[in-house]
Amino acid sequence: MDMVFPSIQEILEVPRIRKILRDPLRGVLTAIACLSLWSCEATSSVEVASRDGILIMGNSSEPKGLDPHVVSGVLENNIIRSLFEGLVIEHHSKNGEYLPGVAEKVERDENSTVWTFHLRKEARWSDGHPLTSEDFMFSFERILTPSLASDYSFMLYYIKGAEDFHKGKTTDFSEVGVSAPDPHTLVVKLLGPLPFLPEITKHYTWFPVPKHIVLKHGKIGEPFTDWTKPENLVCNGSFKLKSWQINDHIEVERNPEYWDARNVGINGIRFLPINNSYTETRMFASNQLHITYRVPPEMIAYSGEHYPKNLRTEPWIGTYFIRCNVDAKAFTDKRVRKAFSMTIDQKSIIDNVTLGKQLPATGLVPAFGEYPASTPVSFDPETAKKLLAEAGYPNGEGLPDIEFLTTDQDSAKALAEALQAMWLEHLGVTVKIRQLEWTTYLDTMFKQEYDLAAGGWIGDYLDPLTFLDMWIEGGGNNRTGWSNEQFEALLDKVQQTGDQATRYRLLKEAEELFLEERPVLPIYWYTRNYLISEDVRGWNPLILDNHPYKFLKLKAAD
Amino acid sequence: MLRFITYRLLQGIIVLIALYTITFFLIKAMPGDPFTGEKNIAEETKQLMREKYGLNESVFHQYFLYLKNVFTEGSLGISTSKAHSVNEMIGQSFPVSCILGLTALSFAIGLGVPIGVASAVRKNSWIDYSGMALAMVGICVPAFTVGPLLQIMLSMKIPLFNVAGWETPRDVILPAITLGLVTTAYIARLTRSGMLEILSQDYIRTAHAKGLPVSRVVCKHALRGGLLPAVAYIGPAFAALISGSFIVETIFQVPGMGQHFVNATKARDPFLLQGVVLFFGLLIVIMNLAADILTGFLNPRVRLDQE
Repeated sequence: MDMVFPSIQEILEVPRIRKILRDPLRGVLTAIACLSLWSCEATSSVEVASRDGILIMGNSSEPKGLDPHVVSGVLENNIIRSLFEGLVIEHHSKNGEYLPGVAEKVERDENSTVWTFHLRKEARWSDGHPLTSEDFMFSFERILTPSLASDYSFMLYYIKGAEDFHKGKTTDFSEVGVSAPDPHTLVVKLLGPLPFLPEITKHYTWFPVPKHIVLKHGKIGEPFTDWTKPENLVCNGSFKLKSWQINDHIEVERNPEYWDARNVGINGIRFLPINNSYTETRMFASNQLHITYRVPPEMIAYSGEHYPKNLRTEPWIGTYFIRCNVDAKAFTDKRVRKAFSMTIDQKSIIDNVTLGKQLPATGLVPAFGEYPASTPVSFDPETAKKLLAEAGYPNGEGLPDIEFLTTDQDSAKALAEALQAMWLEHLGVTVKIRQLEWTTYLDTMFKQEYDLAAGGWIGDYLDPLTFLDMWIEGGGNNRTGWSNEQFEALLDKVQQTGDQATRYRLLKEAEELFLEERPVLPIYWYTRNYLISEDVRGWNPLILDNHPYKFLKLKAAD
Repeated sequence: MLRFITYRLLQGIIVLIALYTITFFLIKAMPGDPFTGEKNIAEETKQLMREKYGLNESVFHQYFLYLKNVFTEGSLGISTSKAHSVNEMIGQSFPVSCILGLTALSFAIGLGVPIGVASAVRKNSWIDYSGMALAMVGICVPAFTVGPLLQIMLSMKIPLFNVAGWETPRDVILPAITLGLVTTAYIARLTRSGMLEILSQDYIRTAHAKGLPVSRVVCKHALRGGLLPAVAYIGPAFAALISGSFIVETIFQVPGMGQHFVNATKARDPFLLQGVVLFFGLLIVIMNLAADILTGFLNPRVRLDQE
């Protein structure tokens, strides 16, 4: 038993340690010297990475997967965009424009219904296998195969016959409007005119997947097979997968088979799934990251003060709003909905709660390009009171109990309390706040068991339609119980015209009608607040935030 | 001895079955399902997903199917939220939690024991008071305060460490300190009380009277008995430390086990949650058994066969 503890005494008897213990001052000085040596030899991660041409990006969370046909989130998109390339790619500095991707030339008929994509002959998969129109045909068939259970296949519904095939009304894929007359030509026939089709093909649901690899690991309609494992994944983008450690990082490296490999400016990207945005901001501050995914609201002012050259605040195509359950007794009357909308002081919420220089949402669709913003939503408590009285609830009397459903985050609570105070002050209505954990919140909202519910929408492509077509009757993301025949007739008309000006006019009409009905109460248009290192060159503000990585360059600051 | 081990193993199996049953039905009772996402997906699509994961079967069928897969294939299932197999996820994150937990435990013992001993030996002196005050702080201040404070002081103000991440061996230090602080505090307090009791014993007085130096009395005679309460505490503390901590892992961006528990619950991921719960249940059963056997060998007064 003696062998257990004497070691402590033996340690104490080592002469040097004894000396240090006898002379604490010397010990402390030695420790400080060691520590300072330690810190001096350290070069920051960003310095090393910039020198090696590796971009380090905060990416919020572990992705659900890397299969472009199966996943549907922003953070997955960030990684997939580096690995795969569609027919055309996002312009690196201009919103709503495109540059050639796998297709070197795009042609359309006079009313933009039949599109021909001429694929480049040098296009290859990262294993050297040629990429042909056959791969695109396979990919379209795959994402539309019901058993793949892709939650985003509706992005291909613009193709003739695609919806029928996806919903199982036909099992013959040759009835779908895509064809491959030769290995380098792809023809897409649409339901109606769609002048901005290239804009849609930038979305990852339109990306090709390698037929020869996918079929090696499973059947066409089988989700989550092993083909996206690091050792199996074959892709066609400017980068290919290098390593994947769950909850630690995903790293991509240069793809030498990429058709434009010579012009890719960086050697790789390291995506870090940093959940905690405070940690992320601190990591940026100590040079561990080139780009953060976001900056938490409380740290925006601090970042602006300490990192003025690095903090960016840019419009992002998304709207934060509150859904009204129009089947709930209180909100069947649009005057009540409008009264609630008009008593939201959007500016005060932005200045005091969200803190991210968001823009007050005067309409549903954020302003972009040629599409002008709508303006009917405004702060007008006087009119609101009148409307509420007209609806039969003077000063809120007689209104049934109203519950405001939101998530369990602190920021959601702060916003809910601000709204609660505004409604009490201006309408005399006490709204109860109901905070639920995320999945329960979604479940409750989807079942329409709420009066008012916090919500938001990020546009999938650069067209007002992405904000409007979700409000049709029975639409998967409508969830308000609201529908309107006139609104849907307008959207149908939109699908039939190829003229952009006419389209925008009709879309505007639909939006105005929607806002007049006010089944949702718009609050603000999103901005993205993030920090970016000065080493990163060529990262321009893009409203969809789909930055094409191949144009980036890294230059270590001198 | 064999009878004792068999007996404890049987007990362990019952514990695991109870654990699995409770987890399984709790998951079923949660609102929402694994396929509830931000963007609503069609009911037919959800049905296909359920079929893929075998979640369309009856509850009892699912209950036994999972058990069957665990026993026949050793497979804990496929995560519905992350598209990896649960075995792979545990395989990647458990070693990380192990390293972090062991470092935290070494830190806790390395700091807690000396503080406790010093406090006991110099009872009611400033050493005692400051040591115990420190221990109280360690117990009271939560990890979500200590972690960011350490990051700000030792990474941003004085750049000694990375703020977060898991790349270099050095990255283990800050999370280990944060994780081990509470354990340190408990060990310090337990060591102090254990030592105080021993130091007041007659044989210690005899040792002093023999003219032995204080260091020898403390290290050789008192420490062995004085550490017993702390040693008894270290067993369960070790299990808690290596099971990972969601808070420490998210603050320091450590790819450990702790976050699976929280994320799987949030995502209603049945297989990941059952998998990690079962894995840890098993680990704790084995460690308890090992601890019992070890005690039996070390302490002849404990007779395992007479239970």
